[in-house]
Amino acid sequence: MQTVFSRTPTLKDCTTHYCPGCGHGLAHRLVAEVIDELDIRSRTLGIAPVGCAVYAYDYIDVDMIEVPHGRAPAVATGMKRMRPNNIIFTYQGDGDLASIGAAEILHAANRGEKITVIFVNNAVYGMTGGQMAPTTLLDQVTATTPRGRSQQNDGFPLRICELLTVLPGTAYIERCSLHDPKHIRQVKKAIRRAFEHQVEDKPGLTLVELLSPCPTYWRKSPKEAMAWIANEMTKVFPLQCFKEPEKS
Amino acid sequence: MSEKVLMCGNEALGEAAILAGVDGYFGYPITPQNEATAYMARRMPEEGRVFVQSESELAAINMVMGAAATGARAMTSSSSPGISLMQEGISYLAGLELPCVIVNIMRGGPGLGSIAPAQGDYFQATRGGGHGDYRCIVLAPASVQELVDLMQLAFDLADQYRITVMVLGDGILGQMMEPVELRKLPRRDLPEKTWAITGARGRPQNILRSLLMTDNQLELHNKHLQEKYAGICKSETRVEQFDVDDADVICVAYGIAARVVKSAVIVARDEGIRAGWIRPITLWPFPTDAIGMAAEHKGREFLVVEMSCGQMLEDVRLAVNGKAPVRFYGRAGGAVPTVEEVLEQIRKIAPVIVD
Ligand SMILES: Cc1ncc(C[n+]2csc(CCOP(=O)(O)OP(=O)(O)O)c2C)c(N)n1
Repeated sequence: MQTVFSRTPTLKDCTTHYCPGCGHGLAHRLVAEVIDELDIRSRTLGIAPVGCAVYAYDYIDVDMIEVPHGRAPAVATGMKRMRPNNIIFTYQGDGDLASIGAAEILHAANRGEKITVIFVNNAVYGMTGGQMAPTTLLDQVTATTPRGRSQQNDGFPLRICELLTVLPGTAYIERCSLHDPKHIRQVKKAIRRAFEHQVEDKPGLTLVELLSPCPTYWRKSPKEAMAWIANEMTKVFPLQCFKEPEKS
Repeated sequence: MSEKVLMCGNEALGEAAILAGVDGYFGYPITPQNEATAYMARRMPEEGRVFVQSESELAAINMVMGAAATGARAMTSSSSPGISLMQEGISYLAGLELPCVIVNIMRGGPGLGSIAPAQGDYFQATRGGGHGDYRCIVLAPASVQELVDLMQLAFDLADQYRITVMVLGDGILGQMMEPVELRKLPRRDLPEKTWAITGARGRPQNILRSLLMTDNQLELHNKHLQEKYAGICKSETRVEQFDVDDADVICVAYGIAARVVKSAVIVARDEGIRAGWIRPITLWPFPTDAIGMAAEHKGREFLVVEMSCGQMLEDVRLAVNGKAPVRFYGRAGGAVPTVEEVLEQIRKIAPVIVD
């Protein structure tokens, strides 16, 4: 019998701690596949966030460090400056990157650090029990917006890609989604492109945002969660390549 | 012996770090340590090494974390409010057991305080400062020369024990110029950094983590840290003593306050007062034994002098353990005790001996 699909070696052979229908597992697999396709496993250094993906090092088989909440881009800066020939990536949730770590990502991007950022936007804080994230949609009910996110009290959903695109220090910015196979293929392409840019040692920070399902804290079935991304999240977070290496 | 040059402490500490082979400096401006950041901005690229002005002290300590994680020698320098901002990172560095050097050129506090020299961060430095059960080695130089020497020791201690070493000075030490010999001290025999994340080539993945949630792992990790700390207490405690043997009054002070105290003790001796002086060089580990031993001598009193409202005082009291009276004289908020003020305190305690 012919093998048509197998687990990529950099993804460890184990069960994850993620909830059913969670997007992190998918995102991990795609990152691992790209690392293997580019044959960079032995020189890739990963940074795990504080968030549901804190155990990323238990699943992605590269050298990794777990760092304080939101500070991954600063840690990545220290690593890349010391070891410019290594491929450095951060893997961060939307609370980690867009809220507590907003300053670190902004300045790493503005310095044009040659790192790759995998930004997983699930519109909530998963790890702490489904509280509002900066990316939570207006009227979305979370543990800390029991009446729905109100613009007066909580401000607006924060669009990171749009913000970072205006910085000359960024090279490649794309927002994709994990809600169906077609879009997942696009995620893979984008992650590959981001890593390739770094492998080629081209200037600028690369970031791929993934709209990612959190059925548990959206109080939806996995299937409903996928539909909610397609129908609601993409309205606020349009899927788009905001900045391409060739054009920057 | 190489020749002496006149240098301010902030610049000298930078040059000392370069002598020690620092690979990366990451920092954010703050008075009274600004000369250090500016010096490194000029010198590190000259040496082909890395300088980054971070967007905050939060970022600085995390850049240090990243650099240290790869096995590089990394440092930052700052002053009190900036060090406060770094505490989360310092706690993580302790959990991850990453080596690094942090310089705190202390200023007056609390809050924005002042830019004048102070010693109000003793508790923060010696008790850990951030969350969790951990320690940093704290070195307290009292001259620019000692600063140069201890900076180099700091990098070795950090690598040897996989620990944060804080060099604790104050605004005077940072700003004052003194003749120094920029001598390179021999490096200790240090363990290889097999734990560093450099890329898993021909070996299993290295993971640096501090989240340990299963099987009592975290308590075991804490026990491991405590054993390491106990070893440091045994081997690395440093203290200087002066005229202690026959003293009726022993002054205890560190850093710049110890310079003032030394002058006062010399004058007191001239006046016929049997005064002596103990200067902790490591604030953690604290020279508890040296002070405890000095307290065994009957009829002695201790005088702790600090540029704070009495912080090291607690450690001295613990060391003396009720065996002798411990008095305190401190100036705070950027004020510096004068020789005359300290002498006044000594005279109050000690009888003049007419031989
Ligand atoms: C300094 C600090 N503040 C708060 C927390 C608690 N905390 C852990 S994860 C998290 C939010 C994570 O959300 P996100 O980044 O969106 O990732 P997700 O869990 O959704 O994948 C928070 C607030 C922490 N660990 N550290």
